[in-house]
This record gives sequence, C-alpha cells and structure tokens, in this order.
Amino acid sequence: MHLQDFWFGVIAVLWIGYFVLEGFDFGVGMLIRVLGRNDTERRVALNTVGPLWDGNEVWLLTAGGATFAAFPDWYATLFSGFYLPLLLVLVALIVRGVAFEYRGKRDSDAWRTGWDRALLVGSAVPALLWGVAFANVVRGVPIDAHKAYTGGFFNLLKPYALLGGITTLTVFLLHGALFVSLKTHGVVRERAHRLAGRAFPVVIPIAAGFLVWTLAERWQPWAVPAVAVAAGGLLAAWYADARGRDGVAFAASAVAIAATVVALFASLYPAVMPSSTSSAFDLTVSNASSSSYTLTVMTWVAVLGTPVVLAYQAWSIWVFRKRLGPEDIPAVAVPEERASAAVGT
Amino acid sequence: MSAETLARWQFAATTIYHYLFVPLTIGLSMLVAGMQTAWYRTGDTRWKALTKFFGKLFLINFAMGVVTGIVQEFQFGMNWSNYSRFVGDVFGAPLAMEGILAFFMESTFIGLWIFGWDRLPKKAHLACIWLAAIGTNLSAYFILAANSWMQHPVGYRLDPETGRARLTSIWAVLTNSTALVTIPHTLAAAFVMAGVFVLSISAWHLRKSDASELFRPAFKLGAVVVLVAGLLTAVTGDLQARIMTKQQPMKMAAAEALYDTSAPASFSLLTIGSLDGRNEEWSLRVPHLLSILATANPDGKVEGINQIQQQYQGKYGNGDYRPNVPMAYWTFRLMIGFGLLAGALAATGLWLTRKGRRPSGSLFWRFTSWSIALPVLANTTAWLFTEMGRQPWTVFGLLKTSQSASPTVGPDVVATSFATLTVLYGVLAVIELRLLLTAIRKGPAPALIDLTDAQATEPAFAY
Repeated sequence: MHLQDFWFGVIAVLWIGYFVLEGFDFGVGMLIRVLGRNDTERRVALNTVGPLWDGNEVWLLTAGGATFAAFPDWYATLFSGFYLPLLLVLVALIVRGVAFEYRGKRDSDAWRTGWDRALLVGSAVPALLWGVAFANVVRGVPIDAHKAYTGGFFNLLKPYALLGGITTLTVFLLHGALFVSLKTHGVVRERAHRLAGRAFPVVIPIAAGFLVWTLAERWQPWAVPAVAVAAGGLLAAWYADARGRDGVAFAASAVAIAATVVALFASLYPAVMPSSTSSAFDLTVSNASSSSYTLTVMTWVAVLGTPVVLAYQAWSIWVFRKRLGPEDIPAVAVPEERASAAVGT
Repeated sequence: MSAETLARWQFAATTIYHYLFVPLTIGLSMLVAGMQTAWYRTGDTRWKALTKFFGKLFLINFAMGVVTGIVQEFQFGMNWSNYSRFVGDVFGAPLAMEGILAFFMESTFIGLWIFGWDRLPKKAHLACIWLAAIGTNLSAYFILAANSWMQHPVGYRLDPETGRARLTSIWAVLTNSTALVTIPHTLAAAFVMAGVFVLSISAWHLRKSDASELFRPAFKLGAVVVLVAGLLTAVTGDLQARIMTKQQPMKMAAAEALYDTSAPASFSLLTIGSLDGRNEEWSLRVPHLLSILATANPDGKVEGINQIQQQYQGKYGNGDYRPNVPMAYWTFRLMIGFGLLAGALAATGLWLTRKGRRPSGSLFWRFTSWSIALPVLANTTAWLFTEMGRQPWTVFGLLKTSQSASPTVGPDVVATSFATLTVLYGVLAVIELRLLLTAIRKGPAPALIDLTDAQATEPAFAY
C-alpha cells in the first residue's frame, strides 16, 4: 500500500476519533437544559464530559495538523474554500470551550443561563456544519485548475449537504443522550434514556436517507458495507437502549458514527476533494499529498505516538467511569457559596 | 484595504491575543506542579492552598489559550492558502507532531488533574499536572521549531516542478540553530511571565492584608523564578542576536536602525530617522556595543540596511527588502526594557523582603501588583519584532508575504472574519479579566487558609 493511501486512512481515523468523541460532548452541550431542570441536575450532565471534552477536541486539531502535513493542498483548498462555515465553527468552538470552563465560576443564575445558551449554540453549530462540510466534500464543489475553490458561500447549502448537516446534528444529539444515560443515574439518566428512545425513530430515517443519498451521489461499492454497518449500528443501539443496556447502546452508536465516516471517506477515495467543475481538477491522494519523505516521518510519529495517546485517553475515560449523580456534585465552586456547603443551589 | 493586509492584521491581532495566555500556561503549569510537589513532599498545607489558588487562576487562563489556539491552526489554511501549499510539506510536520505528541497529553492530563483531586491517588494526581505541564512545554518546542523554519529555513529543497519546499531532513528542522536558541529564550520568557504573575498577585495580597504566612513564600518563589528565568532570557537573547545577525542581517540592522555598514558598530540608544526607513537624522550612541552584541567582537562588522537592501536586490530581484524600521527599532528596545524592568523589580522585591522584612510604603506594593503588565508588553513587542522584522518574507528568502495569501478569498470575507474575531475576543477579554480579578481578590478558600482544620471542606474543581 502506498503511504499516501495510508495517510488518507489516518485522516479518516482522526475524524472518526473526533466525531465519536466530540460527538457525544456536542450532544451533551445541546441537551444540558433539557436533561437538567435545576442547576445540580445540569451540572450532573455537564460533569460527565467535564474531564473529556478538551481531549476530544484535540482530535480535530490533530486532524487539521495531519491534513496540513500529509495533504497540504487538501488543507489549503478546504480551509480557504469553506471559509465562512469554518469561521462559524471557530466562533462556536471558542464560545463553548469558554462556556465549559467559566459556567461554574460565578454564582449567578443569569450567568449560568447565559453560558448554558452559549453551550447549546456552540455545540449545535459545529455539529450541524461538520455534516454540511463533509457532504460538500463528497458531493464535489467548484475547484479550478489551480486547486482553488471558486464557489461562494451559498454554493455550500445544497439539499444533500443540508441533509448531511441535519444528520450529524441529530446523530450527535442522540449520541450525547446515550452517553448521559450511560454516565449518570437517577432523574438525569431517566430523562436522557427517555429522550434517546424518542429520538431513534426520527434519527434513523434521517441518517439512512443521508447514507443512501451518499451512495447515489458518488457511487463507490466499498462504501456499501460501511453504510450497512452504520445503519446496523443505529438499529442495534435502539434495540440495546430499549432494553436498558446503556453501554451496548452507546458503543453501537459509536460504531454507527465511525462507519458513517468510513462510508464518506470510501466514497471519496481516491479523491480527497472532487471538483464539480471538471474531474481533471479533482484533488486526489496523489496530487494533493506531501513528499514520501514527509509521509514516512509522519508515519513514524503516528505509529509511535498514537498507541500512547489511545492508552492515556482510555485511562482517562476509565478513571471517570463511575455514573454521576447529584451526590457527586460539589457545592458551587465559588468562594462565598462554600460556607453553606450545600449541594447545588 | 487588500485581503492580504487584512489577513496580516488578523494574524497579528489573533496571535498577540493568543500569546497573552500561552506563556502563562507554559510557565504557570510548571509552577503549579512545583507547588503541588512541595505540598506532596512536605505535607505543608500552605502549598496545597497555593496549588489550588494558582491552579484556579491557571485554569481560567488555560481555557482562553486553548480556544484561541484553534484559530491559529485554521487561519493558515483560511487566509494563507498559498503559504500553506508552499510550506505544508515541511511546516505541517511539526504542527501534526504538536497535536499527536503534545496537545493530547496536555489536554487529557489537565482533565485528569481538574477532576481527579478526589478520584486519583495523590501521587498519580501529582503526575497528571506534571504531564500536562510537560505536554504544554513540548507543544512550545514544536511550534517554535516551525516558526524558526520560517525565520531560517533548513532541511528542505525546492521542488523543481512545483517550486514548493520539500522536507529533506526532519532532524535539521527540529535542531535548527535558530530553534535551539529561540526555544530556550521563549520558554525562559514564559517563566518570567509566570513568575511575575505569582509575584504580583502575592504582592497584592501582602499589601491588602497580612496574609504573609501564605503569600510570603509565594512572593519569594515568584521573584526567584523571575530572576533566574530573566537571566536565562537575557543570555539566550544575546545568543539569538548573534545568530540573527548571521541569518537575518536585515532584521538586526533594522533593530538597530543601522543604515550603513559599520566596523566597529556603535549601539544606538536613540535614533531618529526618516519615516520611510531610508536615512538616519540624529542618534545617540554607545561606541562598539553593537559590534559586541552582534558579533562578540568589539570591532566586528555589522551590515547596514542600505547595503543589505542592495545586496538582496541582486540576490532576490528588484523589490523592497526593508522591514518597517521604526517598528523593529522600537519593539526591540521595548522588549529589552520591559524585560529588564521585570528583573529589576524582582531583585528589589527580594531585597526589600529579606529576612521577614515587609516594606511599609504602599508604593512598592502598588507597583509590584501592576507589574504583570511588564512581561505581557515584553512578550508582545518581542513577537512584533520577530515577525515584522522578517518582512517582506513569510519564509525568509523563499516566500514573500505578498505571495502567501489565499488567492480566492476576498477582502470582504477576511474583513468579516477579522471583525467577528475582534468583537468576540474583546468580549471574552472582559469576561476573563473580571473572572481573574474576582478570583485573585477572593484569594484562597478560607477553609484552606485555616491550616488548623484539616477536615474543613475545600473547593473541588468541577464544572
């Protein structure tokens, strides 16, 4: 296998990691006020992702850095071409990152409500736009002979792309609900469980529609098994969730997300960004990639570094494996409140 | 305004803003780890109180560093796609290494540290803050190696077909002579910032109340860190100046407003030149000093702006190869000046508080409390000097800034992005500053200060 193909696979793996992991914290960010009726309940939901979201987001940074290193033209065309959506993603990620850290740092209802809204919008916008962006990449956008994107902003809002966005948005929402069901107990878990149960019949047709449309949009036989696994994953998650098997349900939804990314990448290959102007202008794994020396160096870094990363991220998830309930939430971490030592407010 | 000019403004603004938080993360992560180690080793709960207090401030700052860092990675591709295509083969590698080897480590162990206070054995919890701090410092290594490559490209060849840079030796990039002096210089300066941060906050508490039991050791720690790191910053800065004279003589000449080649060269204390940077009108100079700084030889020859300009026209073709001279000249001086002031302040502080003394006048305390501005200004002017002094190049000698921007991104789009980020960053600055000030004013939790009551509830870090 050529190193360029290997790196195409590595980029796919990084996006799988990003969507499977940040997918659930996007979901939790969107659901915080739905799952929590009072502040303690909201904090129960929030703290399930507390130690994890920042590490999850590094998958995106690494996907970006790896694309820059392994496929400079892909990175350059994608980022300069999808400028405004990516700006929105940036703003959203900034706002939600700050929201996580600052929400509990002042004891005021208005303050917390504000940050809860920031979390909702900051999670929903990227959850939607990543799907729009990926669908556009698969569908093909206007790219000229100089590998430059020549379409505008509205060119990115075609029905297939919008369906892609709605798919990621709803799948991440569901994934987040399954995560909270797995990681909490009591009333928060009940609400998450109930919400997931209601979401399945809505999410599955949307996701199935998008996956089938993907096959039609860019026929690639290798994508068919991935589409089947993605659909099977969602059905299995529904089945397991209905029987209260939270761990299995969450794992199955993770598999579904991973298989969806595989289906998208399989549909693309060997292009990385097909041109709708002319297939002669397609960016492919061979014409967009770095030199074989750079790819060799990066392969060593990935082969030696990734197992270590996986090991400590897994350890981190294991350390925080316990289900959370109100009893785990310390009094508001703001000095004047501490004297009362009351749980929540 | 052209898209390129706007993109340059955005890059400058977002980088300076990002770099308000980065040095503090680099230095303070290590200092907090040190404080926690002191507590772990001695069992002295004062260090636990300080760990939690400065740890909280560290986290408020850390959040901003993380979120503004994503913008940095994205805007290479968004605003500078031609640059990205040209350098990706070389420059992308350290960026990806930063992600795989440093950012994962930093973020995962910070998470474990914040939420692991009650869940991890003490020793494992201590290891988490150290690993996070090491990850942070490692990320500085990779990104500075990448930046050093832009200052002094090594380990590459130009592809005859595409004209782009191709990596030929990653080892050469990671051990670039420029990087080897820049990295210790930048890290040392980050520790100066962290030291001043600890020192100024401790000074504020020492002035307000006699919380001396807690903040006296912290004050001392901050001051010693500033002195040691300040000395290292000066020594490595001196080495950097010499390397810069060889590798980027134009930058050195601009830093000195040295218009004509001189041997020996005198150091300008104050130069007033024409605004277009072509001529000197009046100056006050110390003989031989520049020769010593630039070449370590009192009679060494230092090239002047006009001669280098002529030489570069021969080498790189017609064009203006002079950076903004007044900017380079003043940022260079201000960087050194603010750094020296911080060092002097730390030395004075140590002297005035020696053997349990406590200066009674409020002037000293007031000045020390505000001294956090010094390293902030020094870092900012330093980066302005480094990056503006390299102009008109993005990659010295290989790629000009004018060739680097995204060709299909219009000025309206960049202006939208610049305006959006400016407003957002402005709002966040206000929020962050308020949070920091509130946390600083409140000081450590009362339960932690009451050292006699070991059972007192203490703040847990949780959302």
